[in-house]
Amino acid sequence: MSDEPIKKVSIIVSRGSLEGIYPGLIMANGARMEGIEANLFFTFFGLYGILKKYMNSIKIATVGNPAMRVPSAKGFPLPTWMGAIPGMSAFATSMMNKEMEALDIPPVGEFIEMISDAGGKIYACRATVDMFHLSDDDFCPQMDKVLTVGEFYELSAGSQIIFT
Amino acid sequence: MPEKTINGTTITVDDDGFMTDHSQWNREVAAALAEEEEVTLSDAHWKVLDFIASDFAEKGKVPGMRRMNKVGGIPTKELYTLFPGGPIKKAAKIAGYPKPASCV
Repeated sequence: MSDEPIKKVSIIVSRGSLEGIYPGLIMANGARMEGIEANLFFTFFGLYGILKKYMNSIKIATVGNPAMRVPSAKGFPLPTWMGAIPGMSAFATSMMNKEMEALDIPPVGEFIEMISDAGGKIYACRATVDMFHLSDDDFCPQMDKVLTVGEFYELSAGSQIIFT
Repeated sequence: MPEKTINGTTITVDDDGFMTDHSQWNREVAAALAEEEEVTLSDAHWKVLDFIASDFAEKGKVPGMRRMNKVGGIPTKELYTLFPGGPIKKAAKIAGYPKPASCV
């Protein structure tokens, strides 16, 4: 195996929680920073990351997350049933947002703009758009195009495909 | 550690070509490093390099993209135009600072 540098990545964002959306954004932005071509493809609930009305109120999923600890990452384990207490997701999200702000990780809307300005392309999944009854007006202006899965594979020619 | 000689000045660099001793850096060294990255330095480039220098003096690390935007007043698009194919890495290398160590 030769170690050819990666030239192009297609990153699929399929989940709509904060921890579902950010890894894809960080990877796409990081790719551009290394001079790697980057395509971001948002599907299913991941689509909320580019819906202008909702993209800046993305929350951490606290239900069914046995790794969660309070009040910080090395604190006490949070019993999983407590993740369902009203306000828990909002609380965890605000804590995480503070940490991210300190590291200069931008909010979702600003991050999408940064990736788009960096030359990364932002795509939405046709099947989800139809299923959720969405139109172009629902998306942030950086969304380049709604793609079918076939078109996604076409533009991913020569890419590493990463599913998150 | 590898060494390089530029116009009679010897500089030490790490394996990725980032300078390890900033005191060896000057504007001629910057121009030579820029040439290796296929960048010709203009005033707009110098604005970026000067911001990295002042921010490094303050924070002790190379600023990330968001800090370049918000504090340095240099838009993302402009950075990618000035330093194609890896703006912060290239700018940090030319400015004589270590390889950026943050993910964003």
